[in-house]
Amino acid sequence: MNNLTTTRIFGALRSPITFSVLAGVLIGALFLVGTGADPIAAYEAVLTGSLGADGIGSTLTTGTSVLGMALALAIPLRAGLINLGGDGQMVLGGITAAVTGLYSPLPAPLTVVLALLAGMAAGALYAALAALCENHFGVPLLVSSLLLSYPAVSLASYLARYPLKEPGSSLPQTRSLPDGVALPAFGDSTVTWGLVLVVLAAAAYWFTDKRTAFGYEIRMTGLNARFAAYAGVERRGLTLKLMSVSGATAGLVGAIGVLSFPYRFVDGSLTAPGYTWTGLTAALLATAAPLGTLVASFFFAVLQVGGLAMERTTEVPRELTQVLQAIVIVFLAARLRFPSRWFNRRKEAV
Amino acid sequence: MFFDSDLLLSALRALTPILLAALGGAICERAGVFNIGLEGMMLMGCFTAVATSWFTGSPWLGVLAAALAAAAYSLILAVGTVTLRGDAVVLGVAMNLLAVGLTSFLLRTVFGVQGTFDDPSLAGLPLIGGLSPLAYLSWAAVAVAAVMLSRHVWGLRLRGVGEAPDAAATLGVSPAKYKYAAVLVSGVLCGLAGAQLALGNVTLFTENMTAGRGWIAVVAVMLGRALPLGVLLAALLFGLAEAAGFRLQGLGLPQQATDAAPYVVTLGALFLTTARRRRRIRPSSTGAAS
Repeated sequence: MNNLTTTRIFGALRSPITFSVLAGVLIGALFLVGTGADPIAAYEAVLTGSLGADGIGSTLTTGTSVLGMALALAIPLRAGLINLGGDGQMVLGGITAAVTGLYSPLPAPLTVVLALLAGMAAGALYAALAALCENHFGVPLLVSSLLLSYPAVSLASYLARYPLKEPGSSLPQTRSLPDGVALPAFGDSTVTWGLVLVVLAAAAYWFTDKRTAFGYEIRMTGLNARFAAYAGVERRGLTLKLMSVSGATAGLVGAIGVLSFPYRFVDGSLTAPGYTWTGLTAALLATAAPLGTLVASFFFAVLQVGGLAMERTTEVPRELTQVLQAIVIVFLAARLRFPSRWFNRRKEAV
Repeated sequence: MFFDSDLLLSALRALTPILLAALGGAICERAGVFNIGLEGMMLMGCFTAVATSWFTGSPWLGVLAAALAAAAYSLILAVGTVTLRGDAVVLGVAMNLLAVGLTSFLLRTVFGVQGTFDDPSLAGLPLIGGLSPLAYLSWAAVAVAAVMLSRHVWGLRLRGVGEAPDAAATLGVSPAKYKYAAVLVSGVLCGLAGAQLALGNVTLFTENMTAGRGWIAVVAVMLGRALPLGVLLAALLFGLAEAAGFRLQGLGLPQQATDAAPYVVTLGALFLTTARRRRRIRPSSTGAAS
């Protein structure tokens, strides 16, 4: 019994994920020492700042966007497809939701639903465009989705700065959405029903992945695309479907961002925090597994929000947490792990 | 006049960093390493160039340090993909992310500023005929790479390693050595690209100042079929798009439209060229199906 537990613990320690996270934290500590900070105090500030009473609301708000973008990237990643156009799809979702919210003649609650759906549709259509580029023009998805992202971000920026700009404001932002056109928040916090929506999306992803034939096809394609094609999975159709769902999820994140505080589209506010890249990191860390993506997203939201607290208390720049994230993935990508012999020797000693 | 010598000059300036990085990418591609970490390597070059130039007062040392730093950074890709057989796509994406975080972090800790480091005493590269020496170097590099890859035994072995590693190994050529060399060369070229961007085109460092140019370079490798001259033409197309964009901005077009222009033009060119030969793209190296 005792032996079994130790084997399990060592097994978990030897997994590339644990190793990568530990390595990231250790290298981060070296950076902290290098800048003259106390690593323990800094990491403590990260944890208390993100999970304490003052920070948890912020972590859950950030977590909403991170989890949403992580799902958007995880869904195609499960089939081995990388969607790098998250920024463009998210921003188009956001600006579409803003336009819908501003001009919809429907009553407020229906407008919210309509704005969410419109944002999802915009993201889905734009992502489908990238899929069509791969399917019909042979441009690799990785490249087409990324290149398409830039014009979309520029377009939304243009709209927010010129035609849709709030009159009289010096900020590049649209007018505020009408009263009631907003996702309800929990109590006084900034956490909205958006969190519930992305968690539901995660649950739907989990169900599809585990319990449906479609989910099996996706996973099979991810494990061995040729075998899946031989078994009758139509790759082009799958790419189009997965990218549409992925873009819809990214669009949903954008729409949630607009329908939450500050209840308008502000140029750069969706892209500047880097949700797309944090989401990609989380999805990669979890190898796109549904529950793992949820956990990894929470982990990175803690890092991102805690980084701000660390900056306040120890004056270490918050960019350190970005370094940490990337190091975790560098180690993971290289599939580094403890050599098994080292552990065997340790086990004998135990 | 819309087309004049100024436009050509600014196109040549815009093309230099892309060309250097894309040349590195092409050499990696020929050796069978898919390198999408060009963006990150360039960014490391930008920061090192600016920091070294500022502390030593010599832009030339800045260029040298940038090449060395980016080459050292490229070792992550070499060790990760060649020795540890990791996933090149994931590793490249992670390297780009790491470079953004690391350079922003260093900007804050070394210079104590956020966003942009811009100092009048920062020495940039001198101009010869309106272009930085690195621009001329980049054209020379195209010629050298073209001759090496088509004539010299090293280039032929490099291609052999990329096309049939097992056969190359049977003939006594070590694929790992050639792959390491290709990745290191791409690191040096990306470092030079970064130095050109931060000390040639402008004289400052801004967070994430490569702004997708590394990705354009990845596309230029595909467009140019990893041939040095093809890569030159592809980079020229991008340079013209960027220069024309600036010109149009001067004529009153909103900045957002001109910002997007190079990406749209690149994508358009990609459609036109890949549609005709898409069956010939090797899925294993482009990451289209992995």
